Amino acid sequence: MIRLKFEPRLDNPAWVNVLIPVTAVVFGLFAGGLLFSILGVNPFEAYWAVLNGAFGSIYGLSEIVTKSIPIMLTALAGLICYKMLIWNIGAEGQLCMGAIATVAAVRFFFVDNWAVMFVIMFIAAAIAGGIWGGIAGFLKAKWNVNETITTLMLNYVAINISEYFIYGPWKDPMSWGFPFTANFPDAARLWVWGSTRIHAGIFIALALAVILQVVLKWSKWGYEIRVIGENPRAARYGGMNIAKNIILVTFIGGAIAGLAGMGEIAGLHGRMSRGFTMGYGYTGITVAWLSRLSPIYVPLVSFLLGVLLVGGDTLQVVMGLPMASIQILQGLILFSVLAAETLSRFRIKIVRVSAGPAEEAK
Amino acid sequence: MDFLVAILASAIRSGTPVLYATLGEVVSERAGVMNLGLEGVMLVGAYTGFAVTRSTGDPWLGIMASFFAGAAITLIHAFLCITLMCNQVVSGLAMVLTGYGLSALLGRGVIGETIAGMAPFKMPLLGDIPFIGPIFFQHNAMVYVSYLLIAALCWFLFRTRAGLNLRAVGENPRAADAMGIPVTYIRYFYCMFGGGLAGIGGGYLSVVYAQMWIEGMTAGRGWIAVALVIFGLWNPARAALGAYLFGGVEALQLRMQAMGSSISASLLLTLPYLMTIIVLTIVSIRAGKGILLGAPAALSVPFRREDRD
Repeated sequence: MIRLKFEPRLDNPAWVNVLIPVTAVVFGLFAGGLLFSILGVNPFEAYWAVLNGAFGSIYGLSEIVTKSIPIMLTALAGLICYKMLIWNIGAEGQLCMGAIATVAAVRFFFVDNWAVMFVIMFIAAAIAGGIWGGIAGFLKAKWNVNETITTLMLNYVAINISEYFIYGPWKDPMSWGFPFTANFPDAARLWVWGSTRIHAGIFIALALAVILQVVLKWSKWGYEIRVIGENPRAARYGGMNIAKNIILVTFIGGAIAGLAGMGEIAGLHGRMSRGFTMGYGYTGITVAWLSRLSPIYVPLVSFLLGVLLVGGDTLQVVMGLPMASIQILQGLILFSVLAAETLSRFRIKIVRVSAGPAEEAK
Repeated sequence: MDFLVAILASAIRSGTPVLYATLGEVVSERAGVMNLGLEGVMLVGAYTGFAVTRSTGDPWLGIMASFFAGAAITLIHAFLCITLMCNQVVSGLAMVLTGYGLSALLGRGVIGETIAGMAPFKMPLLGDIPFIGPIFFQHNAMVYVSYLLIAALCWFLFRTRAGLNLRAVGENPRAADAMGIPVTYIRYFYCMFGGGLAGIGGGYLSVVYAQMWIEGMTAGRGWIAVALVIFGLWNPARAALGAYLFGGVEALQLRMQAMGSSISASLLLTLPYLMTIIVLTIVSIRAGKGILLGAPAALSVPFRREDRD
């Protein structure tokens, strides 16, 4: 009889951090290509369309960066929670609440000065997203309510609330019945780079990636978070306040995702329309894992996922495939990174097990 | 009275797809493997069920195909979580992405087509009981199958040797291993069996309920099913109650919309999700007070024979 035996690796060389995501992406794309060809889609044609759409023009390149802005933020939002083993998968809903708060800020607190308006929107979006994440954190901290489920349910609640406003009280009277809110006045729009759609959200995202890297690695609080994540028992003996930290990271994570919502509304669209969340919250989870929970890798990996998303648009236009096809690649890459992580932790040996009682007892 | 009967009957009808997925997850989690990817598995089942029914004209074959498709796609999750000992939350998410994308890509050619589905029929005798009959016994065959499944799973999990082994693997795999129970095989089998039931849940949606294929047609039901397992405290009968409660809220919301209620449809649609959160909170508070729950102790803990506790 043959059995697989997993022996822990004692050494953990530094190159593993790079090799794992790279191998995972390559393997994921290979498996995806195989799947495409089984389903009657020429994988070379599909990948060529993706690459061409993404890198074939300045427009494509700028779109990758544009899409990677919300992805970076939602990835950071998830990452800070995952560090503590809090499975917050609610960035989608937190982004949505941030967006709603941004629209509300413009409707009710409009000041005709872009700097003041920016601060108002920033605070509103961060608080709204933070509360949305913090609800799940509070329930987890107080009564140990499963945060995976609550954050996810809150996604659906948030999206339905946004649709209530889009179709109901905030619908643009000039929209001829189309479901979106009124266009923002200029003072409420974020800075946009030239003729591209890249907006000021990119600075927020990059700055947060650096700040989180520094805080998680070198601050006392960051140390606490890591200890709670890696060894909750030790953290409790060490007198760390786990409940407080759970609420804190879910609030901060939610606030970061809320800022992604502000970027999408005030930076990109200038109004809120149906389906604007685009699933960025879920893409962020993939990015957080591919980055191996290091904030500093998040921008690079977000760019990579941005390539896939822009490529997905092209797949739809050029080859008539549903945009969701690109999710197969995302899923397979995520599977691969998980598998690769195990392979980096363990040496796998194939052992022959003889049926003797002595061997069986082992 | 008629209104109440109509609501309750449609609660059963619209709760059934969630019910199948929930029962599947109960079995899988009882064996210690959490599958958050039900949403993706259901979609794969929904597409497969529709496609097979469409080409064979037989809804039963379609439902069977959705079972096998659901089990097959769950093999990826099982391999990662059981053999490779990966993080079950993330693997589940990857499952959702893959299943969604795969079903969308597969289903691109059949959008807009319809099939015959399964006609409802009145159960002899039982269907004539006043009040009870119209609520429970005037449905399609897959609803009746689900009644049998609830009873069968309750009996199997708590009254048979094999069910005891299954629970042992989820409670204490080390002890089970020492007893000579093949932990790995059992986990593989029930994880995939659970995926198969989720596949049927999807198949029910496309073959019986909607009678067509729509991209992303599960609309969050897979996630609701994961939550309902906790609501049902890993007990098939209680989980069924949860599924019907969810179906009831959905039915009520549709009914209110049809009656031209002034409350926004979007806000009503938040009800099932809010209800799930509230119920989950109540359950968790009770759990905190030491009321015994039935959560498998080794849920989402990988088993490696060489590990020491």
